[in-house]
This record gives sequence, structure tokens and C-alpha cells, in this order.
Amino acid sequence: MAQDNNPQHNDEKKIQETREKFLKDYNKKREVESPDGQKIEVEPMKDYFSQQRPQRKDPHKGVIEKFLNWARSESIWVLGFGTGCGSIEIPPLSSPRFDMYRFGVAMRPTPRQSSAMIISGYLSVKTLKRAIRSYEQMMQPKFVMALGSCTINGGMYWDSYNTINRLDHYMPVDVYVAGCMPRPEALLAGFNQLKKRIREGRAEGANQYADHFDWYKANQKKIIKDWNMPDYNW
Amino acid sequence: MQDIVDKIRSRYDVSEVTEQRENLTFVTVEKDQVVPLLMQMRDQEGFSHFVLLTAVDWIEEGVFQLTYILNHPGKKVDLGIRAHINREHASMESAHHLWQQVATYQRELKEMFGIDFPGSPRVDEEFFLEGWDHTPPMRREFDTKKFSEQTYFPRPGSKSYDPREYMKQKLYCDDYEEEQ
Amino acid sequence: MKKNNSFDQSPDRSKYPENGPDNKPDIDLSSGKYSKVWQGPNHPGVTGNMSLELTLCGDEIVDAKTHVGYLHRGFEKLFERRLYMQVMPTCLRMCVPESDTNEYCFAEAVEELSGIEAPEKAKWLRMLVLEMSRLQMLLRVVPGQGGAFGLGIGVQWGMYVRELVLDLFEELTGGRVYHMYMLPGGVRGDLPEGFRERAQSVMDEVFRFAERIDNVMFTNSVFKKRAIGTGYIDPSWVDQYGIVGPNARAAGYKRDIRKDHPYLRYDQLDWEVPVLENSDVFTRSRIRWMDMQVTASLIGQILEKMPEKGSFKAPTPNALNWRIPKGETYVKAEASRGEFGYYVVSDGSAYPRRIMLRGPSYTHAIALLERLLIRANIADVGAIMVSLQTCPPEIER
Repeated sequence: MAQDNNPQHNDEKKIQETREKFLKDYNKKREVESPDGQKIEVEPMKDYFSQQRPQRKDPHKGVIEKFLNWARSESIWVLGFGTGCGSIEIPPLSSPRFDMYRFGVAMRPTPRQSSAMIISGYLSVKTLKRAIRSYEQMMQPKFVMALGSCTINGGMYWDSYNTINRLDHYMPVDVYVAGCMPRPEALLAGFNQLKKRIREGRAEGANQYADHFDWYKANQKKIIKDWNMPDYNW
Repeated sequence: MQDIVDKIRSRYDVSEVTEQRENLTFVTVEKDQVVPLLMQMRDQEGFSHFVLLTAVDWIEEGVFQLTYILNHPGKKVDLGIRAHINREHASMESAHHLWQQVATYQRELKEMFGIDFPGSPRVDEEFFLEGWDHTPPMRREFDTKKFSEQTYFPRPGSKSYDPREYMKQKLYCDDYEEEQ
Repeated sequence: MKKNNSFDQSPDRSKYPENGPDNKPDIDLSSGKYSKVWQGPNHPGVTGNMSLELTLCGDEIVDAKTHVGYLHRGFEKLFERRLYMQVMPTCLRMCVPESDTNEYCFAEAVEELSGIEAPEKAKWLRMLVLEMSRLQMLLRVVPGQGGAFGLGIGVQWGMYVRELVLDLFEELTGGRVYHMYMLPGGVRGDLPEGFRERAQSVMDEVFRFAERIDNVMFTNSVFKKRAIGTGYIDPSWVDQYGIVGPNARAAGYKRDIRKDHPYLRYDQLDWEVPVLENSDVFTRSRIRWMDMQVTASLIGQILEKMPEKGSFKAPTPNALNWRIPKGETYVKAEASRGEFGYYVVSDGSAYPRRIMLRGPSYTHAIALLERLLIRANIADVGAIMVSLQTCPPEIER
């Protein structure tokens, strides 16, 4: 894990202060009146959301896990969330010429139904917040495929003030597809690589996220000033 | 185009006229004359299409230059109206009542440059950025590279060079050696 | 004809909010009559990432707010740190689906400020690339309008024909989506051998596709029932909201920069601007369909009239020491969505002082969309966004 040398970041108190500064009114601690006139104190960030952390799910033993992994790798259901430029190459992928359905890859409209997420390019801080939320809502096991140079080291936007440089500091990444922008063929190769990883039992991103939850959360909180969501959206 | 510029000259203090192309002219007026001029251009001269509003940061002179560009659909000419405002406590009269989309441009300027437009709808709301508590990013004194290196995690092992120097050394090494 | 957006033809006025003193509907959320729904930033169709905050009464929208910024990369700040030559491959990423208009506007602005004239052949090649880029965008959007109503077949057909156009792009420039073809001073390469014949056969395919999409979409009774009267733009709004391009042409305004301010060699081509009346989703889709055929015929004409021989790149100074004289200009071109312009300010150094992009979606997707969504059905939101051809990357930059 990389060291963070910026003194500003390591100041827990400062992070807490900015969080409180951007807290929306409806998320602030307040007193509400119930229909029968009773006064109740609510703290939405604690009361409305669960405080449960993600749980590690150990793989099964032997042939059962192999069978499950085969099934998972043959039905990669992708969350249809285009986050950057790369999403323009996803419609051609579902057209007859490239036809991702022959690899068992399908687009799903909701995170609850999908097992893979494509981060298709640069992530601005505002989108990162939504992407994390969507990622956490997905069922285990879940896989992340990152497209483009911008998810690897910032790419074209390496010195931009609003795009992240490395995606793997904020969520575990299974496969990177390099290029700006990657061609549909590269995407298909990426899917094949992902399948290979799943079959070998190496695509353990969700468990990695659960194991290093505090590290990921700390990184995320450093850049998302306007937090306004529970720590884990499951 | 010349007749319109003459008309503007007769009623407003025009300090500079630049004829960039035959269908594009820039005029510079005083800050408090911009909105009356826009209104006159729209209602009497027929510049009915508002193209853009933007700001340029001239940090050396300590001013922001605001540029409004209007288009005349009939005569097919563009008119740019420039005004300079002070960088400290930058504030400008709002023109949101003239065209509907002006409010959006003003919201952007408020966020990216910190220029205030009192009375413009939703001007204080966040527009592009979320949870930004630094200098408005489009101001020249804001260093995006420094901010990025401090905030996001640059991949270790990657080096960054000044592109100009680096390309000189690598691509045009003959010229570079001569210069040395 | 049903018009969702005119206040006076409403079926039942009583359930909608009265207008408050600031001419905005006076909505009391705690009354239980209204509910708030967030749509996005995931996008409903071929539009990009932006989110809408909708206040609903039943399934009708009474108030809409747009929230953008999900794709903000700070391009205009990055340009302050880039040489003019480095801006060229960066600027075209501002609008992802139709990148070549960016290249053209930037190249033209730099040429104008530094007094370089591109050679004749380069102008024709630029025109060819601009039209091909418009064509591939329209091939996404025209069937995409049907896709927003659940008519998926046109989208698949459109994707197939678009791939053929992208193959032509690959042959000419080497890239599928980002081409980086137009440099300040000219273009990067000449026409490959046999390109004309191959392009001509693709254009024939486009005309056949236009005929098929006419049969499957514009005569489809479900499509007509949902599209006609939805998202009506009053002609008086065109100047008030700064509506440009096909959206204005569908409302009866003959606005096309290729005709009004002829750039490149558009004055040597023979074509008519399609104009229709009564701008609703159907008409706007129809005008894009007509545009698509005009574009295909323009590509044929360009290939025919293009000079065979000649230089395609004017000599330019060393890219590392290229200082542009002090000045400012505004260069515009007609993208498939309307007026697309670059405002470039140079301070005499090797780095640009300010480059600003004015995209048509800036007005269409914020001010106009917020107005159009009022009194629309929630099921039509995606269709209205597609019909305005919103493109968030160019709003946020």
C-alpha cells in the first residue's frame, strides 16, 4: 500500500470538519415532532442507515468453488453506468459486429442485478462518489474493469484538479484495459481476461475491499468533501 | 457592421474596437454600460441570439475581462462586447432577465472564477464541482498540477517533465544542442 | 394534438401548483401531493451523464432542475498549461461523440490568429471529415430516438451503418472515435487510394438505411403516438433560450452556420437546409433524418469536387516555439447539434491564455430542458433529452 506523505491528508480532525461543513440540512442532527406531538431527536447519518461493515465471504472448497467460478465467468452482468468517454464504445459492443452477448456479457440497469462494473474512463470527484455507492450496492462476488489510461495513472488528465489519478486507491480493480480510448476488441479481450481470472479464483476484489475497508474509506474521504452518505451503502 | 459600431460609439464610452473578421467585431465598454448596451442591441439592433458569456483572467493587470458575444441572425454578424472588472471582490450586474441561458453562464463564472452576479437565479448553488473549498479553479493563481499531486495519488515511478524542455531534448536534440 | 407543455390546455388545472410571486410553481413537498425523484447521473439512452431532480405530481412533472458536472475535467484550466500543439490532441476530447468539430474550430482559430492559411486540399479534407463525423453522430441519434421509446431494432441497424462510417474514419485517420486529424495549418494525411469508391458504397448504404428507418420508425403508430406533441418548442423561445441547429430548424427558423457564415468550401456545394414547422420530438427526429441524407449527399459531392492533387499541410513554425500574436477570436462551426464555437484568447506567449468552448447543449440541456420537462410525463423524459441531443461533456468540459 502506498504511503501518503501529504500532512493535510493525515489530519483526521480536518477531514471531520470539512465533512460537517458540507453536511446537507436534511442529514443534520435535529429534533422532529411526531404526529402525536412527541419530540424525537434524529441523527440521519446514524439512524437512517446501517452501520454494518462489509463482510468477507470465503470461497468454497474444491470442485464447488470451481463450478461456481465457471458459472460466474460465463454470466458477467455489467452495470450500465457509463462514467466517462469510454462508454461510447459500449453500444457498438452490443451491436452485431462485436456482439458481447456471445461471451455471456449483458448490460443490467441496476447494481443489485449486476456482477461487474465498467469504469469507462476518467472519474471526476462527483462521479466517484456515485460510482462507489453503486459499487457497494452490488452483490458479492463483484468485479471491476477499468478502461482507459485515465484510470491507470490519470492519462490525459493527470494534472487536472477534478479527476482522480489512480482508481485502485478507491476501489479494487480486477482488469485494466489500456488505451485512449480502448477499441471494442480491446474491451472483449478485457472480458476474456476477466473470465480467466474468475476461473482461476483470483478475482477476489470484494473480499479485498472488505479486508482493507478502512484504507479504502480513508482514501475516499480524503477527496470527497461533500460526503453526505453512510460509510457503507449496502 | 461599421454603422452599428458608430451607433455604439455615439451613446457609450467605447475604449477599443477590434475588427477581427468582416463578420466579427469586438468593442470594449465600461462595466456599468454592458447591460444597457446588451438590451439596446437585442431590442433595437436585432442582435437577438446570445452566443456566450465568459471571463478571461488578466492577473498581471489585476482585472477580469468579461466577453459577451451576440449574433445577428439577419445580418449574419457577430458582436463581442468586452468589459473589465476588478479582480478583488469581482462583481458584475446580472443580465439573466435578457436571455434565459445567461443565468447558466453566470452560475459557471461564479463557481469557476468567483465573479458574483447578484440576483441571478441559483447563482450560489454548486454547478460543476461538489464540495469545493479551495480557490475558484479557473483563477490564474490556482495551480492545478500542484493541487492534483497533493490530492490524488500519482502513480509512483511515473515522472513528469516540462513538455517543452523534454520534447526539445528528445525529439529535436540537434536544435537543442545548438542552443546550448 | 396533445401538447404537454402548454399550461392552458391542461386537462385538470386543480391538481397543479399555482404560480408563486417569482413566476415559479409554488410547491409544498410536505403536503404529500408531490414527490421528488432523482434521475441519473446514469443516462436514459444516447445522452450523456447528467442528473435531473424532478418534482412529480402523479406521473407528471411539475418542476425540474438539472445537475451537471459529473464529467467535469477542467479542460480550460489544463489548456493554460499546454502548448498550442498539445492543446490539439486534448481539445477534441471535450465532446466525445463528435470530436472533429472541436479540432476544426481550434485549428481554424489558431490559423486565424497567427495568419496561416490552410491549403485548398486541406479545406476539402476537413470538410469531408466534418461531414463524416456529423453522419456518424446522426446515425446514433436518429434511431436512438426510437430507442428512447423502446424501439431497439433501429438502434442495432444504426450501429451497423455507423461502424461502416467508423471504418472509413479508421482508413483515413487511423482512429475510430478520436481522430486528431486536423492540425493548425492543414490536415495530417491525404486520401487513401480507392477511398472514394468505398465511401460512395457506404453512402449508398446510408440512403438504404434512411429508407428502412423511415419504414420502421416514422410510420410506426406507437412511435407517432408518443412522439407527436411531446416536448413542444414554441417558435418564440428560439431566441429567448438560444436554441440553435436542428432544434431551431424544426421550429421553422432557417439557422445553419454552413449557409449563414459559410466556412471552408461549403459555398461551393449544392444543397438545401431542411426546415420544418411545429417542433416536437417527432419533428426534431424527422429533421435529423433529413439532415442525415443531406450529409450523405454532401459527402458524395465533396468526394467528387475535391481537387486530386495538392499539398494538404501549410508550413508552420516549430511547434515548441510557436508563439501566437496577441489577440482574440471566436470561431464557430455547425455540429450536428447546432452552433459549436471556440473563443480563443492569446496573450502572445506559447501557451494560450483562455480557450472556451461554447456548445449547443449548454443552453439546450439546462435552461431549455428545465422548461420543456414541466408538464411532461415522466416516461417521456429520456425521449425529450434525446430529441434535444444533449451532450454533457461539452457542457462541463
